[in-house]
Amino acid sequence: MSDSFLTSPLGALEYAPAPESASLARLRDSYGLFIDGSFTEPHSVSDTVNPATGERLALYTRASSEDVDAAVRSARRAYEMVWRDMPGSERAKYLYRIARLIQERSRELAVVETLDNGKPIRETRDVDIPLAAAHFFYYAGWADKLGYAGFGPAPRPLGVAGQVIPWNFPLLMAAWKLAPALAAGNTCVLKPAETTPLSALVLADILRQAELPPGVVNIVTGDGVTGADLVSHPGVDKIAFTGSTEVGRIIQRVAARAGRHLTLELGGKGANIVFEDAPLDEVIEGIIDGIFFNQGHVCCAGSRLLVEESMADEVLRRLRRRMDQLRVGDPLDKNTDVGAINSAAQLAKITELTEAGEREGAERYSASCVLPDRGYWFAPTVFSNVSQTHRIAREEIFGPVLSVLTFRTPDEAVAKANNTPYGLACGVWSEKGSRTLWVAERLKAGVVWANTYNQFDPTSPFGGVRESGFGREGGRQGLEAYLDV
Amino acid sequence: MSERLDVKKTYKLLIKGQFPRSESGRTYEVLDARGAFLANVARASRKDVREAVLAARGAQPGWSAASAYLKGQILYRWAEMAESRRRDLADLVISPETHDAERDVAEAIDRLVWYAGWTDKVAQVYGGANPVAGPYFNFSLPRPCGVVASFAPPSGSLVGWVDSVAAALCTGNTVLSLLSPSRPLAAFALAELTATSDLPPGVLNVLTGDPGELGEVIARHEDVDGLDLTGGDERGADLAEWAADSLKRTYRPHEGDDPTRRLRAFIDTTTVWHTVGY
Amino acid sequence: MSELGLTSSSTLERVIRVPSVERRPQFADEVQLRRALDHLSGVDAVGVAHRVGKLATRSLKTSTKMRAIDVALSMIDLTTLEGADTPGRVASLCAKARRPDPEDPTTPAAAAVCVYPDLVEDARRHLVGSGVAVASVATAFPSGRAPLAVKLADVAAAVEAGADEIDMVIDRGAFLSGRVGQVFDDIVAVKAACRDAHLKVILETGELVTLDNVKRASWLAMWAGADFIKTSTGKVSVNATPTVGLVMLEAVRDFAEETGALVGVKMAGGIRTTKDALRYLVLVNETVGGRWLSPDLFRFGASSLMNDLLAQRRKQQIGAYVRPERFSGD
Repeated sequence: MSDSFLTSPLGALEYAPAPESASLARLRDSYGLFIDGSFTEPHSVSDTVNPATGERLALYTRASSEDVDAAVRSARRAYEMVWRDMPGSERAKYLYRIARLIQERSRELAVVETLDNGKPIRETRDVDIPLAAAHFFYYAGWADKLGYAGFGPAPRPLGVAGQVIPWNFPLLMAAWKLAPALAAGNTCVLKPAETTPLSALVLADILRQAELPPGVVNIVTGDGVTGADLVSHPGVDKIAFTGSTEVGRIIQRVAARAGRHLTLELGGKGANIVFEDAPLDEVIEGIIDGIFFNQGHVCCAGSRLLVEESMADEVLRRLRRRMDQLRVGDPLDKNTDVGAINSAAQLAKITELTEAGEREGAERYSASCVLPDRGYWFAPTVFSNVSQTHRIAREEIFGPVLSVLTFRTPDEAVAKANNTPYGLACGVWSEKGSRTLWVAERLKAGVVWANTYNQFDPTSPFGGVRESGFGREGGRQGLEAYLDV
Repeated sequence: MSERLDVKKTYKLLIKGQFPRSESGRTYEVLDARGAFLANVARASRKDVREAVLAARGAQPGWSAASAYLKGQILYRWAEMAESRRRDLADLVISPETHDAERDVAEAIDRLVWYAGWTDKVAQVYGGANPVAGPYFNFSLPRPCGVVASFAPPSGSLVGWVDSVAAALCTGNTVLSLLSPSRPLAAFALAELTATSDLPPGVLNVLTGDPGELGEVIARHEDVDGLDLTGGDERGADLAEWAADSLKRTYRPHEGDDPTRRLRAFIDTTTVWHTVGY
Repeated sequence: MSELGLTSSSTLERVIRVPSVERRPQFADEVQLRRALDHLSGVDAVGVAHRVGKLATRSLKTSTKMRAIDVALSMIDLTTLEGADTPGRVASLCAKARRPDPEDPTTPAAAAVCVYPDLVEDARRHLVGSGVAVASVATAFPSGRAPLAVKLADVAAAVEAGADEIDMVIDRGAFLSGRVGQVFDDIVAVKAACRDAHLKVILETGELVTLDNVKRASWLAMWAGADFIKTSTGKVSVNATPTVGLVMLEAVRDFAEETGALVGVKMAGGIRTTKDALRYLVLVNETVGGRWLSPDLFRFGASSLMNDLLAQRRKQQIGAYVRPERFSGD
């Protein structure tokens, strides 16, 4: 190493601690449920904590069976009395209103989301919240054009949709669920995740501002018990769930027995495939985006890197260097790249799996960042010398942990990418278009990103194959899940 | 002149383009509408299910990758073969008094033609380009979910059976079909015609046997991706629940279903993004 | 946590492995050179834009911002390249370069004054002892369309007149038509003619158009001996852009790792605001690290940028916005 590299005449740039003000969140001390157009009195409250500090943000209500029942009944009334028969053009205008209100309150929502989830403000500000607004905007336009969506001239809604969403993109998942359901003429009961109820409750206030008729959307917070009450409620016609494959199986059993319509968006173990001719610098950024975006709490994360053997060392070296540059820390700081792990339980799971990776003989490299001493944190980590039998190559870690495997031929790359019961998303990196399309055709995945990763858009259908679930969210295809067609 | 003695046909299974007996050696009697003996039919075992799924899985990549045009040609060819055997097929339809066997066959053939025409339309009708807000070319392609197992309608309706296999076939899936236990003959005869239709071995596999015995085996087989419960009748909920263990796509017919519902049931949309720039 | 700037850059320096001895490769012929260029990995323009967009949201600490403004001032090649240039114009530019803000003697001087070869001597005279270098565009700037002998004479004259730095233009026509050997040889010849003067090689990225070309031209120039690679002449419609900057910075980073040679980058044309300049410094910081945050390895070819930096500098000091007229119009 040249000595000249160690000394800079003017030193390095220091970034500002540029935190968004937590007070922008305007949090209340405690929250009730949003049922029939208004908030109930809080009861049976639990803490929701800021994972970056471990401190309590607010109290939220764990909805009881009676609460869920009230919400479903309210949704049924609203469906039959108001929403189902409202002209699509009127439903559209409500959705446009919601989209605009999300835009207007985007800063507040970004701060709330970052506080409750632990993800960097840069992501909530630039990804989660704008995309949530865009989803409402997109589906608003469908509400009066359903007959042109390709499912017959006058498709009917299904009725009351029970929707259970995860903690990794709380508001965005709410938008993915609510917007197409409402556009199609359904009414909804939405159950946010127990560790991230707050942005959905702000959304409830937005629905109030939008003057959405009471009962069209009901929001019941709570844990898995509330979720189970919702999906097994006999008044629910359609169940939509995003979450783990294990819970997905249970819900499919319930729905199968009851004959409910069902869509599932579950886990994944996405392969990011890098060919030797790939644009190297963009590959490194793509790998980083693929696994460290949202702390790796992404069902479609590129958690397996499949790199052509001839360039594996080079990619790994550059990747490690890049990982050392990631700024891990205060999620409210605008310069933060990687935020906090969402919960103690998730941190324990990540820790357990990475320890298994080390025990199984994979080589671990963790970024040299300094982690805060309170809250839940995990340094960006990459495992090399991983074989397909290792747990870290097979199980969804749902954290900032990448497993690197190598391949020699396109066939081998495809075979390894598909060697998982999951099938949500994959990446392909190459400058050779014909091969990229050849690989894309053979990947068992609902989404294939070529020379990019983790891109989302309301017009673009998203969803899995095999054990990553079924049904699509986004695009014209996303309407099918909420129409009786 | 003495009447010529019929040469009776031995009904077997269709697995990987071949016609084996059940590995178990078991058969059962199929009777006509008046209760008279018609044939001994193979009674498939769990192992036959396993073989049929293996065959379907093996044929999957090839059938899925075959051009939509070729798939259409093959399915249409199957209809052509059936057309020349209309009378034979009608003779095998074991129908209740009110049912018109010839009409059932004619409709079944017409339905095959309908599906043959879908092969190269599905991607256009259910896929498409998506105008994402960024420098990406983004397109969605409907793709087969993989291996589909279907339970034929117990009525023995030939058109019902065609629905239960051809919808999955024309979208690129490979199929394991369990026939109506009491009325399997016409469907099996129609399936046999695939041997002269260039349908690659393993794309359509047909079993006869006891749905009560085999239903659970099929529904819980992890390597079956989709389940058509048309003939699931009262066991439908059980089968659907077993299917949940491996997150299968399931289709259960409803009154007044649009026929495209079945077509869409075993499609998974894959969306591909590619950067646009230089 | 928030003070990571230093940590991240020093980490970057730790992990960039630079051989202690400079080792630039030799090429036997054009075929070999072309193969070497073809061997460079491609560039995905969308990915580059995505990365640049993310880095554009970095915000600097207030105390750092003041220092960054000073760093940016010290990186400026204050430039006048007009047909109407006169000794008088050069004199006032030199005065401004030496002392950009006469009211505040702590203001750093510019890195260089950049003029046409016939005005080098004037500039030299006004800058003696100031530490501000004299740079000159030579080689039939800006088109580069002259016989090699003329270009070399142009360079020799500028060096003879006292230029410390020569900004040459490559033959874009030759590059685009695949005559990369000719471009290489031209640079080698100009480098020899420079003697002790530093050579900045202008790629004119606005005419190379694609980022793949920018990357190849960067490597070609560095292999041929460039001390700096520079984006633009400022005379075509597309000048320095952040995406081009990122690709060039990645090239010098990789080149340093491969050969041990530290090559500078000069962004020229179209950079007018402090905000633009600081964004480039962030790009430098996150791509090649703090070692390049110095006028010996990073420059801005600009004129109007200086006054905006001065205005922002004053604003940082007094906490209020200032009139543009406070600073000289040179």
